[in-house]
Amino acid sequence: MTSEQLIAGQTRGMGELIEIAGKTTELAPFGRELAALGRERSDIVALTADMGRYSDILAFRDEHPDRFFNVGMAEQNLIAVSAGLAKTGKIAYCTTYSVFVSRRAYDFVAIAGAHSMANVKIFAGMPGLMNGYGATHQATEDLNMMRGIADLTIIDPCDATELKQVVRAVADIPGTVYVRLLRGNVSVELDPVTYQFTVGKAAVLRPGGSVGIISTGYMTARALDAAAHVAPQGVDVGVLHVPTIKPFDTAGVLAFAAQYDRVIVAENHKTTGGLATLVIEAMFDAGVIRPVERIGLADSFFECGSQEYLEARYGVDLPRFVRAILQEA
Amino acid sequence: MTTTTHMSPGAPTGADLDRLRVRAYELRVSMLDMAAGKGEGYVAQGLGMADCLAALYFFEMRHDPQNPSWAQRDRFLLSTGHYSIAMYALLARAGYLDLAELPTYGLNGSRLPMSTFDDLPGIEIVGGSLGQGLGQAVGMAIGLRLDGQGSRVFCEVSDGELQEGSTWEALMSGATFNCDNLVALFDCNGVQADGAIHVQLEPVADKIAAFGWDTVEINGNDLVALTDALVNARQADGRPKAIVMRTQPGSGIPTLERRERAHFVRISDDEWQVCRQELEAGRPEVRND
Repeated sequence: MTSEQLIAGQTRGMGELIEIAGKTTELAPFGRELAALGRERSDIVALTADMGRYSDILAFRDEHPDRFFNVGMAEQNLIAVSAGLAKTGKIAYCTTYSVFVSRRAYDFVAIAGAHSMANVKIFAGMPGLMNGYGATHQATEDLNMMRGIADLTIIDPCDATELKQVVRAVADIPGTVYVRLLRGNVSVELDPVTYQFTVGKAAVLRPGGSVGIISTGYMTARALDAAAHVAPQGVDVGVLHVPTIKPFDTAGVLAFAAQYDRVIVAENHKTTGGLATLVIEAMFDAGVIRPVERIGLADSFFECGSQEYLEARYGVDLPRFVRAILQEA
Repeated sequence: MTTTTHMSPGAPTGADLDRLRVRAYELRVSMLDMAAGKGEGYVAQGLGMADCLAALYFFEMRHDPQNPSWAQRDRFLLSTGHYSIAMYALLARAGYLDLAELPTYGLNGSRLPMSTFDDLPGIEIVGGSLGQGLGQAVGMAIGLRLDGQGSRVFCEVSDGELQEGSTWEALMSGATFNCDNLVALFDCNGVQADGAIHVQLEPVADKIAAFGWDTVEINGNDLVALTDALVNARQADGRPKAIVMRTQPGSGIPTLERRERAHFVRISDDEWQVCRQELEAGRPEVRND
């Protein structure tokens, strides 16, 4: 292929914002909400490991420079310093990419953070296929890894509305929390007036229908888009959003799944060890036996490319959802 | 028990120094009791740290055994959780624990397990996953500075932990964030799990100084040198402080000082008795000033 043929799609610079056609978006909701929270609470501090620009946390630095600390490219130290701050009564929000928290700083999250119930709130950037820099930068197994840590809360928000609520909620959740961060121009899917994030609770966003989708993270936005896409064909789809991976809302998932003859589970993560595994375990244990189709990533390392290209190639894009709903090959 | 008055004007001399030596001796007695009772333990490292712990808790640190969670206390972080035998002896002798609880060291279900956990009053972090202490100490130093109450942080780090990259990450941060309320105490005893340290670590003090720390190298079993170094480390000059302590594993008990396999000591009842006699032979006296 020539470069002319390839130019239509390319890996973006990490600072480049993801444009979402036809969506209302909000710029840097995490950093702006954290800066606002910092105005209200003097015990909030923020840290990054050279990922300030790419995690939207600089809005906090600009307003509260005396409470912001960039430790440089040292993710183990990021967690250790955050834990130390937490152990003096601060609530330490810290950012790096999800891949560097999970793969590199795991022991520090477990021992310095979770074991001590330290108030370390990790906002882990560009999870799953959201990063176009290939396997080195794509945390496609972070949910699986992190849920192995006892006393750790894990949240995968859907959109800007939920992310901002999570920024505030985690301040009052005791202990260490791992949040999959959405950055840049983040789409607004949920109505801030009617939607309320509650840790440990799944939310039915679309009730009823002939097939139910259980999803987490921004794959919930895709599930809602897919449901809207097939509605004109007379196909009714229910959607359950599961923002909290741990503690897992077993009762909520079972109540939803039991209504359907078949269930689709969708996540920006490998299809093993994450949401699908949790859902299937819960259903099997309770005797709620239904066919389950998994939308997610294979057990593989992935290449560089634009998010649209990677999602289409590896089967987490809108057409993949539509095929699953309609049971097309 | 008394609360140490923060920052005595200078290093102790005369009878005050003798009393500090007695404190260190008493820590060694308790450690030996625990190890002999169990028949094994990380007692050699603990004996090597006895003088440092005595200098910290009975001379330098601001702390209150009756109020272990006092917000304005100085913090001591034991990064090497397996030195727990030294920490429990210290906590008991300082009044955080009942001395009668020490024989439960290492027993199933005990509050005094082989490695330290932070649910015990007086223990600040979960120690033991080596290389995690100094980074947390940096965070605490920053947090206490934000509080503006003058609290300081003291963190023990072993020479083995200098092999963990995270220790050097923390050294960078301590200097970057001008943590002059942080004192890192490097316990260089020359041994680790597989025996004598063979990894090229030296020159430890030069390396730490090159990372921007105000560094001094001393005999870590010399209470005069220790207290002098702690007094000098009080300077609020924007630089974190490092005290590189050359310590003798088994310090105070010649049989253990000579022992080649010093990382984990397991010896017979008779040998423990010899150790006790050797320790008691070196009991310090308090002179009349």
